[in-house]
Amino acid sequence: MADPRIVIVGAGPAGCRAAECLAAAGIRPLVLDEAPASGGQIYRRPPPALDRPARSLYGADAAKAEALHRSFDALAKRVDYRPATTVWGLDGDRLFVRRGSEAAVVGFDRLILATGATDRVMPVRGWTRPGVYTLGGAQIALKAQGVAIGSPVVFIGAGPLLVLVAWQYAKAGAKVAAVLDTSRLADQCAALPLLAARPGMLARGAGLRLALKRMQVSVHQGVSPLEITGDAGGVGGVAWRAPDGSLRDVAANAVALGWHLRSETQLAELAGCDFDFDPVWRQWTPRTDRFGRSSRGDVYLAGDGMKILGADGAELAGRLAATAVLEDIGRLPQGARPDRLERRQKRFARFSRGLARAFPFPAEACRSLADDALLCRCEAITVGEYRATLQRTGASELNRAKALSRVGMGRCQGRYCGAAAAEIVASGETPVAGAGRLRPQAPIKPLPAGVRAGAGDQAEEA
Amino acid sequence: MKGRMVRLAGGDRPAVGFRLDGRSLEARAGDTVLTAVLTQVGSLRLSEFGDGPRAGFCLMAACQDCWMWTEDGGRLRACDTPVSEGMALRTTPPGDETWPTRAS
Repeated sequence: MADPRIVIVGAGPAGCRAAECLAAAGIRPLVLDEAPASGGQIYRRPPPALDRPARSLYGADAAKAEALHRSFDALAKRVDYRPATTVWGLDGDRLFVRRGSEAAVVGFDRLILATGATDRVMPVRGWTRPGVYTLGGAQIALKAQGVAIGSPVVFIGAGPLLVLVAWQYAKAGAKVAAVLDTSRLADQCAALPLLAARPGMLARGAGLRLALKRMQVSVHQGVSPLEITGDAGGVGGVAWRAPDGSLRDVAANAVALGWHLRSETQLAELAGCDFDFDPVWRQWTPRTDRFGRSSRGDVYLAGDGMKILGADGAELAGRLAATAVLEDIGRLPQGARPDRLERRQKRFARFSRGLARAFPFPAEACRSLADDALLCRCEAITVGEYRATLQRTGASELNRAKALSRVGMGRCQGRYCGAAAAEIVASGETPVAGAGRLRPQAPIKPLPAGVRAGAGDQAEEA
Repeated sequence: MKGRMVRLAGGDRPAVGFRLDGRSLEARAGDTVLTAVLTQVGSLRLSEFGDGPRAGFCLMAACQDCWMWTEDGGRLRACDTPVSEGMALRTTPPGDETWPTRAS
């Protein structure tokens, strides 16, 4: 009997480790990844012309990045690896993919979704001005392109990336005008018992804050960002309110913002997987068992696209999902000990809950956004227009509100307005889960006109 | 206007010639279209909804706020398209084509 067709979407830490486990059991998975090289966002590889030593690209994580790259490269012919390939749709047991201007359909018997995450952002008045980027975007500019998004830069948000990227910019020679942290020291103190699950990571975070101080970068805590100022040409600065109520501002020509990450779950949605609301992370994520089995027997999840556990957690999740696949097809190698992986994963989950507690999403700030702030970047719809639509129509659920206002209907499909839109729909005393979740539609990424069917259906080849 | 993004690393790399809105410009091998354009000018495109210029946002192919035009009427996502010799890019739709915007 032919081997089952096992497809992995994503070649970041989770997808690479899943592929490795399957290959070790003698299965040749098909790996589809949007990027031109494996590694995901966290261990993204610069284009060959811009390659630099791992230490300068990945800092303290250089060894992990190199290990992941090496192990995936070593698989070579034991995986059918298709880089620069976007999966834009899913129907039943078929994936719809695009590579350049060629389209194809790929069938699967088992599917591992390792689709990662994007920055979770909150709209700030002026956030569509040229020069405003996500924290992840600012980091990609530096790591993969060797450029700063500007200089001087203001960093706004909360979470591990905030101080990390600010420090990376300062170290690379960009001027950091200020770090505006919306979380409070009290939040971090309350989270200490959970964060202690990974003392090394905790120490690293604290060390970065100290390093910024030594570089004389001002880090402000408990900040309420009010406006990214400037003109049509771009960013001029940031105005914010300090915890004592005073109004402050700082000049800059670029801003990076972000509040942790949000899982990329569109394919799991199209697959019809069940979702649960995660009150810790304030987001909907696919329901899985401890190994990443979804509610659908042939679809598995791994990595930040399942639950935000970070890169180490993603590597483990990739192994766990592959283990589940092998078990389900009766190919689990003798002596496999998935329980060991599971124990480590529990520690990562505890730490992750600590991060969510230490750096909370500014839900109240979203609910009280000014009417003239743009909520939807794609179609330039303001918070005020959205609120008026909700009021006029009585819409109390995100998809209804989307149909009536277009918020969440643009090209990004709500990736960047969805978190705030949910808070605005919920408003008042309603918990945010009550707003429901935005339903994605295929194509989950825009398809340029002129995409045509490929020479051969990849399902036939695979 | 001068460039928005600032080169900090990557050393000397071969030049790559491309055109932007009819002007001849030079990028570096390994640049994405986004880097090539934003190290020289301040924005990539105009919002279709009349609220001004945009210069990308997520840099990881998720926000779709960096789609540019090519002289032959094509579209490309600037953050994940490598710049190549002779590319002819536009920040606005080419020719007489009018892209309906809320402002117009």
